[in-house]
Amino acid sequence: MSTTKQPSALIKTEALYTALFVVGLIAPFAIYPTFLMKLFCLALFASAFNLLLGFAGLLSFGHAAFLGTAGYVCGLMVRDMGVTPEVGIIAGTAAAGLLGWLFGVLAIRRTGIYFAMITLALAQMVYFIVLQVKATGGEDGLQGVPRGHLFGLVDLSDNVAMYYLVYAVFSIGFFIIYRTIHSPFGQILKAIRENEPRAISLGYDVNKFKLMAFVISASLAGLAGATKTLVFQLTSLSDVHWHMSGEVVLMTLLGGLGTILGPAVGSATIVTLQNELADKVGSWVTVIMGLIFVVCVLAFRRGIVGEIQALIQRAGIR
Amino acid sequence: MTMKKAISIACTTALAALSGGVQAQVSGGVVKIGVLTDLSGTYSDVAGPGAVQATKMAIEDFIAKEKPDFKIEMVSADHQNKADIASNKAREWFEREGVDTATELVTTSVALAVMKIAKEKDRIALMSGPASTPITNEQCNDVTVHYTYDTYALANGTAKAVTKQGGKSWFFLTADYAFGQALEKDASAVVTANGGKVLGSVRHPFPGSDFSSFLLKAQSSGAQVIGLANAGADTTNAIKQAAEFGITPTQSLAGLLMFITDVHSLGLKATQGMYLTDGFYWDLNDETRAWSKRFFGVQKKMPTMVQAGQYSSVYHYLKAVKAAGTDDTKKVMAQMKKTPINDFFAKNGQIREDGRMVHDMYLMQVKKPAESKYPWDYYHVRQVIPAAEAFQPLAQSRCPLVKK
Amino acid sequence: MEIFGVPSALLGSQLLVGLINGSFYAILSLGLAIIFGLLNIINFAHGAQYMMGAFIAWLALTKFNVNYWVALIAAPLLVGLFGVILERTMLRKLYKLDHLYGLLLTFGLALIIEGVFRDQFGISGESYDVPDALAGGINLGFMFLPIYRAWVIVASLTVCFGTWYMIEKTRLGAYLRAGTENSQIVQALGINVPLLITFTYGYGVALAAFAGVLAAPVFQVNPLMGSNLIIVVFAVVVIGGMGSILGSIVTGIGLGLIEGLTRVFYPEASAVVVFVIMVIVLLVRPAGLFGKA
Repeated sequence: MSTTKQPSALIKTEALYTALFVVGLIAPFAIYPTFLMKLFCLALFASAFNLLLGFAGLLSFGHAAFLGTAGYVCGLMVRDMGVTPEVGIIAGTAAAGLLGWLFGVLAIRRTGIYFAMITLALAQMVYFIVLQVKATGGEDGLQGVPRGHLFGLVDLSDNVAMYYLVYAVFSIGFFIIYRTIHSPFGQILKAIRENEPRAISLGYDVNKFKLMAFVISASLAGLAGATKTLVFQLTSLSDVHWHMSGEVVLMTLLGGLGTILGPAVGSATIVTLQNELADKVGSWVTVIMGLIFVVCVLAFRRGIVGEIQALIQRAGIR
Repeated sequence: MTMKKAISIACTTALAALSGGVQAQVSGGVVKIGVLTDLSGTYSDVAGPGAVQATKMAIEDFIAKEKPDFKIEMVSADHQNKADIASNKAREWFEREGVDTATELVTTSVALAVMKIAKEKDRIALMSGPASTPITNEQCNDVTVHYTYDTYALANGTAKAVTKQGGKSWFFLTADYAFGQALEKDASAVVTANGGKVLGSVRHPFPGSDFSSFLLKAQSSGAQVIGLANAGADTTNAIKQAAEFGITPTQSLAGLLMFITDVHSLGLKATQGMYLTDGFYWDLNDETRAWSKRFFGVQKKMPTMVQAGQYSSVYHYLKAVKAAGTDDTKKVMAQMKKTPINDFFAKNGQIREDGRMVHDMYLMQVKKPAESKYPWDYYHVRQVIPAAEAFQPLAQSRCPLVKK
Repeated sequence: MEIFGVPSALLGSQLLVGLINGSFYAILSLGLAIIFGLLNIINFAHGAQYMMGAFIAWLALTKFNVNYWVALIAAPLLVGLFGVILERTMLRKLYKLDHLYGLLLTFGLALIIEGVFRDQFGISGESYDVPDALAGGINLGFMFLPIYRAWVIVASLTVCFGTWYMIEKTRLGAYLRAGTENSQIVQALGINVPLLITFTYGYGVALAAFAGVLAAPVFQVNPLMGSNLIIVVFAVVVIGGMGSILGSIVTGIGLGLIEGLTRVFYPEASAVVVFVIMVIVLLVRPAGLFGKA
């Protein structure tokens, strides 16, 4: 996947992003804000995950651990220690980053499937610890998290105000991912993904780069998780369950692995589907998720955005 | 009076006049009732589709008998026993769909989450299914009605009776979430107060499936009674496996929360002689029989207290809305607490200031197979526990709303 | 008599329960190890296939009055056939790609299978009674051991070691092992490698279904029974060494015993102990206890 772009293509991308940004600004007046907030939190989660899989080539099957841990840490601090929401979010993000470093140190030693299995098992360990620790509320979850006042000033219990905070968080996170991918660091990650032995022979300490990518990805996933806790005022075991880890893989795969907008598109699709279908078809939502997985793997590996990009390229060549 | 204030008063008055006195009317002319229950999981037999059915019956009967001038709509959803699914659904119902009350709410973690959302959005949480006493104690609020039963009443009935009958040493098998813990706590207090001793307890994951290691621990404690502080499928599986491991001949099991549907699925052979506390029995009198036969006609199962309580609570709510002339939360709550409940479910039932609906409870003992003469003839009514005795006295309440 | 402050009866009985659980771990991780070791696919659908075995046994009993013993043979055959179809139609297409796609495909399949069963049967579970021939128990003195649970241990260990023998000591096993190391040469020698691979997947899946039938009277037959178990089994396989047949059997049983012990002394940790051990093993021996690096 080439990242050198013609100037005209660059302008098109900039225009696209600007347009999307503006749409996001006015969206809460047309669509139910809570739905949008869920969408953006999960879009950030998926984008963070994609940084690791699509660009560094590492499939982490335990990313929910970061989402959930940040959520619990943020929730506990805001609810029980009375900190303002932005402190809670930062604390959650930091906790996720630390956990990411721990996971990374243990898992980086292996690659491919082994790496995935290790992350899965480590995340499961986190699940059970969360279940046991009294402070998290176990099965009941962490309830009654107040939204508080941002910087002590802005009342976040107003849905629109909260939306703009979520949107700002998403934009910042997305921007960080974008810059990381287009930086020299990002280039090296791609080199490692495409041909690790060659990268080593060029003198790069691949494990260090992989670990860094892991920590960044985990932190941003944590950012999404902490924000989500404030939106719904509750963190629960679902947030650290491996189904959530599987869901983020699905979102990224459906949207387009290794594309920048893919994860966001994928998560928007999945969240919308779940919302529309949950009342109508109940358990079949899981089946439909599974079907999408299977179809994507067998016939649709580039994902939505990937297919669109391929179409554009083909159109350009002609 | 400042100019600003004068203008604002004028505007408000004008608006009120224009909207034809909106405060004294049901919003949108529709009362919307949401039934949030477990439709497919551990508690689906106890509440679930039966509770939805009971709500439908309540609405139909109310319209037929009281002929209200507002429309009534019902929506239902499956919370799958998960607090996050429940609270998101409740939030969506309140914010987007104009639902006036979220009802049923079996599973304590769900109930606790939804009552917070209800308080935030100023709607009513009308609970039939959940059990734990914190709902009307530490976590109480003024938009919640805890209708059918709670862990205190269960402990007071079953644990007291079993301890008095000679079961002096107890060991608890507890579902590891708020409900199980509350039930264990309340039952332990009753055991100790009646001269018994609690030897220990073990927590099992909720929902559980294989209880062998937990039961073995209970067995090795040597306690006379193994108290099952869980419900639904957990209770029935624990009872079955206790028999498998040869525990039941030497130690007796006390199902602290058992429903008639559990006895039905386990059979009288496995449950005969067990004591349990219930808030309703279909075979109590002609009134209960008449209603239950109607219910049975659709569900093909006799109603549990949760389902009967759901009917009664929804009917009581609708009566309060009609009497108050509005669906405004404060006014309806005040009306509900003011009016006593006298229907097939409860006689002289009353909703107290902590949200607790107190009514008579019944101590049942499961019949022997030979004693059962017709289908669902399962219980001897051993004792009627009057409302004042069955539930936690207000004087002991830890709810901030109760003035001492 | 007390050992470390715990009555020996309790210790013995919990170890026995641990052995029973360990037998399930062993047979399930064996299936996974075979499929991974010989096919390089992580069969995420293993839990769902285990559940299918249990459900077929239950359906057979309640709808067709087919007893446990017939189900013990029929369910693995049926589910194994289902696995063969999966392999032929879908998995086959992914061999040339990154192995991760195999994982993702089987994950999706697991979701589909579980979702369908969940929709049909709800999640409160169905009960399956112990077959009459195995009902009752033996009083061992320190505990009352249900005969059925003793049968579970015997049946799974027999099948496990039978499988191990077949793969390590017979010619068929040799073909399998060679076929995955270098399929071209083996094919050139006239052996139908694709057929072998299909058979292997089917067999691994059948093992899962067999475990499911064994499990039906012990755990409750419900659509989520597999997903609760599968992650632990993955950890077992990682600890044992991902392709090692013997490793998975020994680790499975060992872990069951360790879990049982943990339940006696520190019950809250019993769910986490598997993963803690996995972390330790990975730090000390990244290839797993019996794995080849």
